[in-house]
Amino acid sequence: MTRLLDVENLTLEFDTDEGRITAVDDVSFSLEAGEIMGLVGESGSGKSVTAKSLMKLNASNAVYGADTKITLHLKDGPVDIMSLHTSKELKVVRGGAISMIFQEPMASFAPAITIGDQMVEQLLIHTSMSAVKAREVSIEMLNRVGIADAAARFGQYAFELSGGMRQRAMIAMALSTNPKLLIADEPTTALDVTIQAQVIDLMKDLVKDFGMGIVFITHDLGVIAQTADTVAVMYLGRVIEKGPVRQVIGNPSHPYTRGLIDALPRLDDLDTPLKPIPGDIPSPLERPSGCVFSTRCSSYLGPQCSASIPTFNHISPDHMVACHIYQQDQQGTQK
Amino acid sequence: MKRDVLISATEVSVHYLVSGGKLFGPKPVVRAVENVSLNITKGSFFGLVGESGSGKTTLGRAMLKAAPITSGVVNYNDGEVNYNLASMDAKQLKDYRSRSQLIFQDPYAALSPRMTVRDIIAEPLEIMKLTSSREETDKRVREIATKCRLNLEHLRRFPHAFSGGQRQRISIARALVSEPKFVVADESVAALDVSIQADVLNLLKEIQQEMGLTFLFISHDLSVVAHVCDHVAVMYFGRLVETAPTRELFSNPRHPYTKALLSAIPSLDPDAINTTQKLEGEIPSPSNPPPGCKFQTRCPNAIDICRRDEPKLEAVSEVSAVGEEHNVACHRWQELME
Repeated sequence: MTRLLDVENLTLEFDTDEGRITAVDDVSFSLEAGEIMGLVGESGSGKSVTAKSLMKLNASNAVYGADTKITLHLKDGPVDIMSLHTSKELKVVRGGAISMIFQEPMASFAPAITIGDQMVEQLLIHTSMSAVKAREVSIEMLNRVGIADAAARFGQYAFELSGGMRQRAMIAMALSTNPKLLIADEPTTALDVTIQAQVIDLMKDLVKDFGMGIVFITHDLGVIAQTADTVAVMYLGRVIEKGPVRQVIGNPSHPYTRGLIDALPRLDDLDTPLKPIPGDIPSPLERPSGCVFSTRCSSYLGPQCSASIPTFNHISPDHMVACHIYQQDQQGTQK
Repeated sequence: MKRDVLISATEVSVHYLVSGGKLFGPKPVVRAVENVSLNITKGSFFGLVGESGSGKTTLGRAMLKAAPITSGVVNYNDGEVNYNLASMDAKQLKDYRSRSQLIFQDPYAALSPRMTVRDIIAEPLEIMKLTSSREETDKRVREIATKCRLNLEHLRRFPHAFSGGQRQRISIARALVSEPKFVVADESVAALDVSIQADVLNLLKEIQQEMGLTFLFISHDLSVVAHVCDHVAVMYFGRLVETAPTRELFSNPRHPYTKALLSAIPSLDPDAINTTQKLEGEIPSPSNPPPGCKFQTRCPNAIDICRRDEPKLEAVSEVSAVGEEHNVACHRWQELME
């Protein structure tokens, strides 16, 4: 495995009329080539802005922390993304080494330009292909993602395609520039379950064939279990648990992760009543001090939870959790 | 002994004329709901599932008389009144509006940003003139708000100040303030996060039992339906393909589409291997329906008869002891049981 991406101490704030809002707070993770990393969290957890930071795609009022370091390891050497500023410099990553698939494919395609023209356009920008060659590559890609009659679809508009087909076309477009890293932001959320299953299978196949890394953002733990190799669980801008997907879902160790899994309606157990996580996600303007989850936590220990931010503890060599419960345990065993 | 039916649909079809077609020629017809019959018993939590485009929302709206009923009969009988929805007069319709309510999917779009929470919840009472004084209105609003676990302090605020879960509780309070008998909840938890979704589902279930409501719960999410509903109907392309008591449906699905839907739900176990065949393709275009069984274009078990004749809903005979039937519309359900 080769290292593809390192994110260290990513902190991101937004300047707004109501003051400076922290969206991402000291997030670190890394990704190997050929790995699918799931980024899970509820709305407002900061998972999308984290992913957008990898291409510096956040709005102009975004302020990155001074210690933030994002490194993309490419063949020609590492690229320090935070040091890229002009749109010309950023072209190397935006649509070049990194592609992105969005949740709502209808909103991501220009409505008045054919699918084909949009695919060709980005190839002309990012590669040295001729227009004829770009057309060939695009049709081949549409074929590869399972769109029947690709040559005819090439000349159609987004509204002429069904939801599942649009998302396939979106994936074809994202992959035609041969990116090293693909960011998929809730790519299956707007799709029906049967179509979702098709798209998940397709993405797993593509990772095998192309050997790229995928950051897969979703709120659905079931989707993560079926696609990802590793997972990071986010809450209010912080990663609170991360590790291999089998360990995190099989042995959820943070009270929030456990709460998320318990709140899922499960088909194999219809008798246990649903267990919601009490309370609502606090507004980003009223971020709790200390542990961000302390206001809703069922295992609240006392003042230390609302006073200090828990650091990561190892449950296993790769499985880490940021919660005071484990800090206590560790200190206890050390004595 | 059969329980009382609150609302029943008999061979209901909803067709829409759409633009297009030949100039001066007949306009193309989209058959959103075709020949659907179902009975919803009093006090039940009836689930209606299907993918987008299956007609589940249209059927729900037809039962509220919010969509035109092209043919068939929808009959509502709560013991006090008995209405045939297709031929109601204006006075009856007005009365029916207070007996039936709809909870929408998107709590952000469903609430007016310019009204306070109190005004939002009070509006149905004022429009339907169900209360005689402002004091009485306020009292009803406070009662229902408490039931929906809303903080009474919040009644003076505007919707933008609330999170998704709180807004959905406001929508629920508004739907229930007129004390309806029949409530259609259309994808009412689809826009919510899982931790909040469980809370809203529990609330709906609680209120349903407390107020003795009858729910038609429309959803694309089978695992949610499995948890809250007592009876489930599965729709595909405007038709009912299977109906059964919830546990029966989930333990013994008979229709290949129901089986496929169940196996498409992503399991929390990364090692779970789906033995059932995955569905190819997508729901056909409504302007160009396939002949025979509407599911044959995607069905792994389709044979000649499926491409020729449309199957009718028939009883799966072995289960009818409870008076609640398991019905399926498939030519081959008996063969496929092995």
